[in-house]
Amino acid sequence: MSHHLVEARGLTHVYEDGTVALDDVSFRITHGESVAIIGANGAGKSTLLLHLNGHLHPTRGDVRIGETPLTKQTLPAIRRTVGLVFQDPDDQLFMPTVYDDVAFGPRNQGLPEEEVGKRVQEALERVGVWAVRSKPPYRLSGGEKKRVAIAGVLAMAPDILVMDEPTSGLDPHGRRQLIGLLAAFSHTRIFTSHDLDMVLELCPRTIVLLAGAVMADGPTREIFTDDELLSRCMLERPLAMQACPACGKRKL
Amino acid sequence: MHMADALLSPAVGGVMWGATAVTVAYCARRLQSDPDERRVPLMGVLGAFLFAAQMINFSIPGTGSSGHLGGGLLLAILLGPHASFLVMASVLIVQALFFADGGLLALGCNIFNLGFFPAFIGYPIYRRLAGVDPSPARIAVAAIVAAILSLQLGAFAVVLETVASGISALPFGTFVLFMLPIHLAIGIVEGLVTAAVVSFVRTTRPEVLPTTAPSGSPVMGVALMFFAIALALGGVGAWYASRNPDGLEWSVAKVTGGSEPDLPQSGIHATLGRIQKRIALLPDYNFRRTEGSDGKAGEAGRADGAGQDRLGTSIAGVVGGVITLIVAVVIGMAVGRRARRAGRAS
Amino acid sequence: MSGPSVFAALVEFRQLDLLATQPSAIHRLDARAKVIVTLAFIICVMSFGRYAVAPLLPFFAFPVLVAGWARLPSRLLLRKIAMVIPVALLIALPNPFFDRETLLRVGGIGISGGWISLVSILLRALLAAAAAIVLVAVTGFPAICGALERLGMPRTLAVQLLFLYRYLAVLGEEALRMTTARELRGGGRPLSIRLYGVLIGRLLMRTWDRAERIYLAMCARGFVGDFNSGQRSVFGLREGVYVVGWCGFFLLLRTQDVAYRVGQAFLGLLP
Repeated sequence: MSHHLVEARGLTHVYEDGTVALDDVSFRITHGESVAIIGANGAGKSTLLLHLNGHLHPTRGDVRIGETPLTKQTLPAIRRTVGLVFQDPDDQLFMPTVYDDVAFGPRNQGLPEEEVGKRVQEALERVGVWAVRSKPPYRLSGGEKKRVAIAGVLAMAPDILVMDEPTSGLDPHGRRQLIGLLAAFSHTRIFTSHDLDMVLELCPRTIVLLAGAVMADGPTREIFTDDELLSRCMLERPLAMQACPACGKRKL
Repeated sequence: MHMADALLSPAVGGVMWGATAVTVAYCARRLQSDPDERRVPLMGVLGAFLFAAQMINFSIPGTGSSGHLGGGLLLAILLGPHASFLVMASVLIVQALFFADGGLLALGCNIFNLGFFPAFIGYPIYRRLAGVDPSPARIAVAAIVAAILSLQLGAFAVVLETVASGISALPFGTFVLFMLPIHLAIGIVEGLVTAAVVSFVRTTRPEVLPTTAPSGSPVMGVALMFFAIALALGGVGAWYASRNPDGLEWSVAKVTGGSEPDLPQSGIHATLGRIQKRIALLPDYNFRRTEGSDGKAGEAGRADGAGQDRLGTSIAGVVGGVITLIVAVVIGMAVGRRARRAGRAS
Repeated sequence: MSGPSVFAALVEFRQLDLLATQPSAIHRLDARAKVIVTLAFIICVMSFGRYAVAPLLPFFAFPVLVAGWARLPSRLLLRKIAMVIPVALLIALPNPFFDRETLLRVGGIGISGGWISLVSILLRALLAAAAAIVLVAVTGFPAICGALERLGMPRTLAVQLLFLYRYLAVLGEEALRMTTARELRGGGRPLSIRLYGVLIGRLLMRTWDRAERIYLAMCARGFVGDFNSGQRSVFGLREGVYVVGWCGFFLLLRTQDVAYRVGQAFLGLLP
């Protein structure tokens, strides 16, 4: 369906001090795709994400969600369609209790309180944290906070889920749970991540950025076997694709 | 210094709550018309920041004691007077509820003493002294002067509130001579710390500091300020004057070094006494050296009125008090046990 | 020096906050009732004259009964309430010095008004602290903010309080990390004013950046400047009974010298 389309055309972003954060970025992500955006620190990943929900305005080029261009009028609708989950859940969970925080989005959408309650319950149950709905965020574990942050976005019924470094800061168990959760979503999913093994599991397609420009855009497996590309972009293979530490053989 | 519930009378507390409520409403309305939505999370986290900053101590050179940031002036420099007043109010409310600092009745006094003076008197002074693009030295001087002024006013307000309440026996003169020099020293330190932070911010991230003067007409702010001070001083002063004639005498004599001036007998005194009776919420104050409203020299209060005699001075009262306390505790424990059992059964 | 005090403060905050989540009949009452009763309590207690000692004692019934009914842990509460004693003694100390006239004779010893008022101040401080602590323990901070807002506090301040409450622990932990790191490298030297300024300045910068990020997150979920609060609790019959009952009790204690009457009756029974 066309309204799940995410398209960037010649997207360029130059900061006030002249730094080029994004340089002529173009891609087209269709309904239901799961795409990873990877690159070294400072490559422009986070800047790109902020364009996808209209926080930043392009210096040149444009971004379209569905067939809708990003303008001031379309912003509220865009922010409903594109759910952005930030890296640090403490920045995202700003209400005194979990329930209030997840209800923040639906309430801003002007929904009646009964509908809000339904959305909140569905979202919390979906990510498995309904039991902590009355707790203040500071009493949650890192994994729980991440899941509540996702619930907060899910409650707005977005079509496109965008997440900045979803597994950062999680312990192995929390990470595994999160990966399982994300794999079960049918939304269009866009992740930035340093966790290349997660990318391997979850995203059939990967876009590689270097200094704000797209270096590669294609099947994940192909990109992760291109060692020359990876080292040029200051990356390396995911651990699962590196040589076995014991016998030195490569599995993949 | 925080004002405590234990030294406060409801009348004085109520007046200060009134002054605080007026100022809160004014600041809230001013901020609502401000379109900058970034302000909302910023005020919140700066309040938490101030809390955290107050928990860290530094050592004061030469004294060996430690201190921490008060923060009213710093907040005003970062946020402007209206927002910083509300942030200060929020910090004090949380302190009163979670850390039993001060008290709930005294909250009105504390918010006014610690929030109003830095924001609406200290901060304008700072801006005038610092000017545009000041050097670190100039920042320090401006901050010290502003901090001293705010703290002295705050300390003086505490003295007035305490003495007007009549619970503490500390005479006005002694209290003033104790509070003001100490808060002069505290003001100097507060100014230095504020200046240190402001200078640090200027060198690392100058865009954080507003360069233009705070928005809105200064006249309204100044007018409000005088109104609030007049309200506080008027109400508090009237009570004080009507109840503590000897205290006033004593401190006047102490301060001027001259002989005690003749207090006008029936005229002002009687009038003030009548005013006090009409305004006071609970005129049943038991005060040893009260001069009666008819101007008679005060009896010790022992002989007159059945109620006055027993308040606090009879053995029977103490015994009865202890008994009722024990009864209350026993009932409380029994209720608690029953509630626990009921909770387990359900 | 700083690390433990930050840590201790955070612990205190968390403990009291946790108590508010327990289920009990008192906890379930609308917050406005509990706030009103607490304020009435404090006003009544503080309205006594400076020499009132005995009449204050029955007032302890309020925090004791409410805490019992709400099944609050007594040892924790007593510890917290007892923390005000040093400060109370400090502010009461001038009284015996300046008020030396004998008011009461016990046996052959005269007790001056100053000492009586010192005890009175101590009792007031304990009662005020007990009332505040019990209020937070049975109501919870967000509910108190909601109650205050419905009782007239401006929305701007209510929102500010909730944000402050939310980020207190976060900022506290950041401050703790920074002071611990500094102490480990500081060689035991106390913090000077200049270094304190730098430390606080850095914390301020991180706070400022965090505010930016929070703002982004709020906008991403549709924030347009206003906060709509959600559920409304009801002030019903139970709350009315609670308020009228306790206020009536306080007025009774305030106007009738209950302590004296009980004492007279008791002493009258003795041979």
